[in-house]
Amino acid sequence: MTAREDPQLYDYLPYYDRPKITWPGAKRLAFWCAPNVEHYEFNPPPNPSRTSWARPIPDVLHYAWRDYGNRAGIWRMMAAMDKYGVKGSVSLNVAVCDHFPDIAAAMRERQWEFFSHGIYNTRYTYNMGEQQERAFIEDVKASVLKWGGHELKGWLAPALTLTERTMELLAEAGIIYTLDLFHDDQPLPVNVPSGRMISVPYSLEINDFTTLFQGSSTPRDYTDAIKAQFDRLYMEGAENGQVMCLPLHPFLIGQPHRMREFEKALDYITSHDGVWLATGREIAEHYYAHHYDAFAKAIAARKGR
Amino acid sequence: MATLPATYFEYPFRRAGMDHDRYAYSNLFKRKPVTWPNGARVALWIVPTLEYFPLDMASKGVKPPGGLERPYPDFWNYTLRDYGNRVGFARIFRALERRNLKASVALSSRLAERYPHILEEIARLKFEVIAHGLDMNHIHATGVPEAEERAWVQRSLATLRRLSGQPVTGWYSPAASESHGTLDLVAAEGCRYVCDWVNDDMPYPLSSKAGTIHAMPHAYEISDLQLFHFHKYKPKQFVEQVCDHFDWLYREAADPACGGRIVALSLRPWLSGVPHRIAAVEEVLDHIGRHAGVWSATGSEILQVWQAQQ
Repeated sequence: MTAREDPQLYDYLPYYDRPKITWPGAKRLAFWCAPNVEHYEFNPPPNPSRTSWARPIPDVLHYAWRDYGNRAGIWRMMAAMDKYGVKGSVSLNVAVCDHFPDIAAAMRERQWEFFSHGIYNTRYTYNMGEQQERAFIEDVKASVLKWGGHELKGWLAPALTLTERTMELLAEAGIIYTLDLFHDDQPLPVNVPSGRMISVPYSLEINDFTTLFQGSSTPRDYTDAIKAQFDRLYMEGAENGQVMCLPLHPFLIGQPHRMREFEKALDYITSHDGVWLATGREIAEHYYAHHYDAFAKAIAARKGR
Repeated sequence: MATLPATYFEYPFRRAGMDHDRYAYSNLFKRKPVTWPNGARVALWIVPTLEYFPLDMASKGVKPPGGLERPYPDFWNYTLRDYGNRVGFARIFRALERRNLKASVALSSRLAERYPHILEEIARLKFEVIAHGLDMNHIHATGVPEAEERAWVQRSLATLRRLSGQPVTGWYSPAASESHGTLDLVAAEGCRYVCDWVNDDMPYPLSSKAGTIHAMPHAYEISDLQLFHFHKYKPKQFVEQVCDHFDWLYREAADPACGGRIVALSLRPWLSGVPHRIAAVEEVLDHIGRHAGVWSATGSEILQVWQAQQ
């Protein structure tokens, strides 16, 4: 087996035979909401591995559609989250703060967590050299400290574009959790040469982008999917603490025709007693403090067999 | 090991405001509320979009949604689109007429020449004409020489103005596709608003070399093109989603801090005008019609009222 075939970022661990996770207040499910607050550049530079726009620049239609999120969608989405007491863990293109300081201020005022989604959603990690990627990470760290008022702890690669070095460089830079791995429903240790890293479950299954946009789900279908995802994880959470992430994009979820259904989904989730309304960072820190060692031990024991 | 050029890490527009100079950032919820005539909560802007898809469409460049994608001669799609301009539009117009609703009809100028009956109906029903380019084989985009694009704009507007007798001040680019200069060209030819920018729920000013022109909040996400053509929704799902859209904006408009809102409906006759879907469109219109405080208006009328309050 080559490193290119399988970079060995994580080890096998049976789903129903592993250490138990307990959440604060003996809750069954840690629920966290991850709005992707993004900016797609009008005229981005080319990356050899990926084109930014479907049409020749200026792709007015698609640029404007995404810009809807920052002019209108985010404010509706934020009001609904306020209404149900759901804090955001923001998957942030940090340049949004430079372009739209009001958005940064509103998120900070709510004590939302800022985690990295790169600088712009049109600047991909693909083809970065090691020093370039290091400097890129440092840029994001400095921006989060400046605009979010806290240290950067989590990372979802911009447009989910990575290099084979990304995990290693993130751990080196003090990032404690990654959202780019979809191999499990619980947090798990990630193998890095130095320091520690864990994967925290994000979701491409109940992400508004993959459902409402790519998957042609109606708003009602989407709420049904969110409820079904919640019901199963909540049920399993009675046995072993679970995590549910609801990833959103304001340009999609903040459209008037989706708001009623979005509120219904938040209402459903927050009406359950066994839910810990958390941020990505809170989940990661709790896991490190209480469960990382037990999971690492269980993985090591299985490898040694 | 390959790396990216240093310029990939330069961010010349990373500062407050947009990364272009066409419009300023604006939070929809921090604007001066607008009042519609007779205290209406919602302005209803219905945009039937009548497009001519020639049989010999180009296979390269920006592909317009609904374009002919089968090998030449694609009679399947050519006649289905043509059906919309012969039969489907009449069904939509009748649904609007029976409910005393106004409309702004986006029209390929070559279609107006081809089927004069369409403009006769527009005149009889007092609908507004929006220029929608020459046809769906002339897509405004980077790569089209400026002189050529200018000629397309001039010919489309001149034809529609001549045949309709209207000033024609609204522009909707075919496939909502623009070049870097489209706004400048259409503003220079006397257009006052465009329908290509779908980033807002209210009008807002765009700058051009020929002065200010406005973006009108044309429906994109709840257009029949998105719902029926791309997402393949059933008529019942279309009704639910469009009614949800109306209900939310109608509710928002009750908040004095928000003020009047606009509900735009984008209807393509080859999609919405077919027998098995027209009832869904009528159901939406009847749902909206059961609400007090809905002002049915053309794009120009809405823009005029909005502009007078800025």
